[in-house]
Amino acid sequence: MSSEKIISHSEASTIFNKDIERVNWHDETLWFVREKRDKSAHQIPDWELLRETASQIKNNVLSNIHDYLVEFEANAQKNGITVHWAADAKEHNEIVHAIMVKNNVKQMVKSKSMLTEECHLNDYLADKGIEVIDSDLGEYIVQLRKEPPSHIVLPAIHLKKEDVSETFHEHLGTEKGNFDPQYLTESARQSLRNTFLTRKVALTGVNFAVAETGEFVVCTNEGNADMGAHLADVHIACMGFEKLIPQRKHLGVFLRLLARSATGQPITTFSSHFKKPRNGQEMHIVIVDNGRSTQLGREDFRNSLKCIRCGACMNTCPVYRRSGGHSYHNAVAGPIGSILAPNLDMSKNADLPFASTLCGSCTNVCPVKIDIHDQLYKWRQVLVKEGHTPTAKTMAMKTMATVLANPTIFSIAGKSGRFVMKNIPALVNNKMNKWFDQREMPAVPEESFREWYKKNSRESKAKDNE
Amino acid sequence: MNSKAEILKKIKQNQPQNTTDLPDLELLNSDNPNVLETYKTVLKGIGGETVEVAGYQDILDFIRNNYSPDRRIITTIPELSEVASLNWKNDDPHTLQDVELAIISGHFGVAENSAIWVTDDILGQRVAPFIAQYLAIIIKKSDILATMQLAYKKIGNLEYGFGTFIAGPSKTADIEQSLVLGAHGARGLIVFLLD
Repeated sequence: MSSEKIISHSEASTIFNKDIERVNWHDETLWFVREKRDKSAHQIPDWELLRETASQIKNNVLSNIHDYLVEFEANAQKNGITVHWAADAKEHNEIVHAIMVKNNVKQMVKSKSMLTEECHLNDYLADKGIEVIDSDLGEYIVQLRKEPPSHIVLPAIHLKKEDVSETFHEHLGTEKGNFDPQYLTESARQSLRNTFLTRKVALTGVNFAVAETGEFVVCTNEGNADMGAHLADVHIACMGFEKLIPQRKHLGVFLRLLARSATGQPITTFSSHFKKPRNGQEMHIVIVDNGRSTQLGREDFRNSLKCIRCGACMNTCPVYRRSGGHSYHNAVAGPIGSILAPNLDMSKNADLPFASTLCGSCTNVCPVKIDIHDQLYKWRQVLVKEGHTPTAKTMAMKTMATVLANPTIFSIAGKSGRFVMKNIPALVNNKMNKWFDQREMPAVPEESFREWYKKNSRESKAKDNE
Repeated sequence: MNSKAEILKKIKQNQPQNTTDLPDLELLNSDNPNVLETYKTVLKGIGGETVEVAGYQDILDFIRNNYSPDRRIITTIPELSEVASLNWKNDDPHTLQDVELAIISGHFGVAENSAIWVTDDILGQRVAPFIAQYLAIIIKKSDILATMQLAYKKIGNLEYGFGTFIAGPSKTADIEQSLVLGAHGARGLIVFLLD
């Protein structure tokens, strides 16, 4: 994926928007999830205090992350877990591969881990002849379709049941034209059950890692992480280092927030605390940096590391809802993805902080109070300064700055603009002008406000009356 | 290659110099005078079922009336040995694949989300509550707490190898947001509430 040419967010959105009915459906489906979040949050009298508390815990983590990591590693080792450290995606993939080789295993079952998406682990292992099966239903669907997930919590939210039915018919031999979600889910259950029972190595993500105890928590609704981990001889858990929290009791805060923010559920069906391997089992944790320590050093953007990956900012985002997760060409899409991605690769992801209206809805729903829309705005400044924005945009901005700074030029520009829009509209209302995409311009006024004011202000009226 | 030292060095350099104190969790003190009713309502809302029972005899009757004796039923509770097998805890976990119903006990329930806390010392096997087609968990009515804050207070620094909160049956809505019970884990959850 990394070597493919990247289609910019706005280009990809244009393609996504061609099917109006489908875009409306996508928009409404995600808004429905946002509404469920609201309903669920409003049932908790402590909700705002919970958000504030979570935010403060995460601030504490950011300022002590060095010590917490050292503490976590020591405790995890005491619990019998092997801890690995990976500076980047490549090292992460190599570590996972080495564990497979050491155990002489060629197949892996994996539950949801956005980190392994970020590191492109599946492609890496496939190249080494290792088969990976994603076991979260949404991820399983997109994996069969050779697509990346389009949402961190709802990986197949861009697909309709007809699409899933087609995919399952092709790969699992389900009845053609049977779109019943119950039937389709049951088919996947049967097929994946066999996978769980036959895999020796299971890989899971990590939602929270507790420094005080060396345990880590994995949340799922399907039970797929547990089915994989408890049946496998080897359990590998991969985490970005920002997943740390100080103490076990802090889980109470985050588990109350996570699922309510994500889908409106009071909690995920399973919140599993892995502290020690079961008898005879090997357990590994891979702690990954991959740019996170750099982000930690960017004062304006370090708060993005507080993210607990609930996806609430995506569900509420008017741009995400109408452009789809794939248009963000990054493992984490939406508003939070747009402030994480430029840290990973500024030039490749320079378009993403502009994929926002800066309406601030993301910030309002964020359970750990990340100032998401402020950071999007700040990234824009950085990207322009460092020359990562398209020349056309830079030129347009420079021109605008000149025009706005000089009253004479401003007046001439206004007059000629009104003249052109009125007399030769085709000159501006054409495909070259992005402002006319899906927009109707208002009727052209006869005069500018300045001209009107000159005529109607008290002074000029007084002058007329003299 | 020493990535650990490098990562830690970079983190130390880049983490904020002003440390922020941890917040006081005691402020999150909302309680609930009616935990039993809330528990039942919330569990129903997420697809589970509660059955109030006076004792183990009621549970035995319920199992006999609702489950076929030809199907494999396992339990960790000696009082239920008439309807379920106790002899599976040291087997290869894969051999539990044909279990129809697993009956286990939980430490306590949480009213706000209907989750039940279980740890490996009372699970028999870690995979048991996930691999069974159906799951039943027994808790005492007096062991229902209001919130997760109280839950973690109760757990404290208890030692376990594995522990999990289970809230309702396994589920997914990954196909067009249509809720389907029984994704990979149990298709149904019954919580027996003991007097």
